Amino acid sequence: MEKRVVFQSRWLPYALVAPQLAITLVFFFWPASQALYWSLLIQDAFAAKAQFVWFDNFKALFSDPHYLASFQVTAVFSALVTATGLAVALLLAVFADRVVRGAAVYKTLLIWPYAVAAAVAAVLWVFLLNPTLGVLTHLMRALGYDWNYLLNPGQALALIVIAAVWKQVSYNFLFFLAGLQSIPKSLVEAAAIDGAGPGRRFWTIVFPLLSPTTFFLLVVNLVYAFFDTFAVVDAATSGGPVQATSILVFKVYQDGVQALDLSGSAAQSVVLMAIVIALTVAQFRFVERKVQY
Amino acid sequence: MVEHRPVGTVLSHVVLIAGVAIIALPLYVGFVASTLSFDQVTSVPMPMTPGTHLLENWGGVLLHGSTSGARAPVAQMMWNSLVMALAIAIGKIAISMLSAFAIVYFRFPLRRTFFWMIFVTLMLPVEVRILPTYQVVAQLGMVDTYAGLTLPLIASATATFLFRQFFLTVPDELAEAARIDGAGPMRFFFDILLPLSRTSIAALFVIMFIYGWNQYLWPLLVTTREDMYTVVIGIKRMVAGGDTLVEWQFVMATAMLALLPPAMVVILMQRWFVKGLVETEK
Repeated sequence: MEKRVVFQSRWLPYALVAPQLAITLVFFFWPASQALYWSLLIQDAFAAKAQFVWFDNFKALFSDPHYLASFQVTAVFSALVTATGLAVALLLAVFADRVVRGAAVYKTLLIWPYAVAAAVAAVLWVFLLNPTLGVLTHLMRALGYDWNYLLNPGQALALIVIAAVWKQVSYNFLFFLAGLQSIPKSLVEAAAIDGAGPGRRFWTIVFPLLSPTTFFLLVVNLVYAFFDTFAVVDAATSGGPVQATSILVFKVYQDGVQALDLSGSAAQSVVLMAIVIALTVAQFRFVERKVQY
Repeated sequence: MVEHRPVGTVLSHVVLIAGVAIIALPLYVGFVASTLSFDQVTSVPMPMTPGTHLLENWGGVLLHGSTSGARAPVAQMMWNSLVMALAIAIGKIAISMLSAFAIVYFRFPLRRTFFWMIFVTLMLPVEVRILPTYQVVAQLGMVDTYAGLTLPLIASATATFLFRQFFLTVPDELAEAARIDGAGPMRFFFDILLPLSRTSIAALFVIMFIYGWNQYLWPLLVTTREDMYTVVIGIKRMVAGGDTLVEWQFVMATAMLALLPPAMVVILMQRWFVKGLVETEK
């Protein structure tokens, strides 16, 4: 789509895009190209000399068991965050769509966690599940379940999944609710007249019609789990115990900022960039076209 | 509702109340902890009703900070967070509106190139270019400054798209009429386009304010001085001190203070918030 009516000026449009472009070049393109360049070099933090090694860094990366383990942790973590977040949000949205009385109040009380910083969410849950003083830990001990996420890798992963999902449910809920409200009532009514019960109506009519929303949220949640959960991991578990919660974005930070391994971290950045590009392309290509009725 | 099913209605309320309760649990326990004394918080199990130390804890962290971890007063950190959130929200809106205006209302060489360059930034989140971006900021001498905190986060492809999308729906007759009346492009921008964009600006402002306030990784990198910490970073530094030394009543008071402003924005400006959320993503 293009405008028919435009203004004429030789310099003004350049002046208008200049601020955005300057920031983009200085803080996006230049650093990204540096990451690309460093990923092909071997250098350490103090040496002035760097050696060009082509793809050796990537070879080293993909033969490093720690990195492959981090990939696996990220895959499990993202799958859990996405699946749980979507399921819980859909459940709440279906019931919120159904109630008449108090609908606005429920909505307000369900969406506020969106405003909570991921790091703050992590700290709140760490307090609830703290091995010595956590309220929920105490409850679980009373029920005979021993909880200590500082020692148990599975429990540490559960902790960051809970904190990450808790924060994301509100977002998914809003989109599911909007999706549900846009489904024509006549379709659901027709099915009811034909004798379909609520469960049948949901699985054969509502859920399929909701698939564009679901697919959109699937991509958004994967991006969230991959990239926006750094704060959750850093504030809750710092990747531990024994790297059990060291997801890819956390490892980049750990290897780059804390261990100062420039080339290794740059190679990881490039891998991450490839993942974001793939997810963004998926979002733009398929969300609009494929999954629609 | 299609048919009258009282059991279904009761079930709906039960599920929703359970959902609200689980969502609210960390907030409630955190709030209670922020009103207790150190001895009460560290006793197992912790009391489940608010204590009497609310003012002492909240006021204490606001004015003097915590006694372990970050020692800067939380009021200073809140101020830093506010500056950061406002600068990011206003900066993003300003530069994206201007660039969207140029891209929609002018024809010039490189227009498409610029558009794609802005588009590509979607694929370069801070997380994937941490170290080199930090180096750039360090070379520009912007570590521990508000400029360093905010400038790298100000470019926004989503906001540019949003305004571009909106400008395309503005009737051509308006621009035509303005031109016939002798108004230049900037006059048209300020007198017609800006007032028309009010709702988009409000919606975007809410989303970007929350985004800016809740930033974590970037302030973690570029702030080394305690008086430049944002409140989110301050909390993390308070917890990092090790299990036995953590003064949870202060941490939770700070957590409450940190989540209050963005939560108030979401609740009070709910209409804009929902609009902004839906528009920035679609």
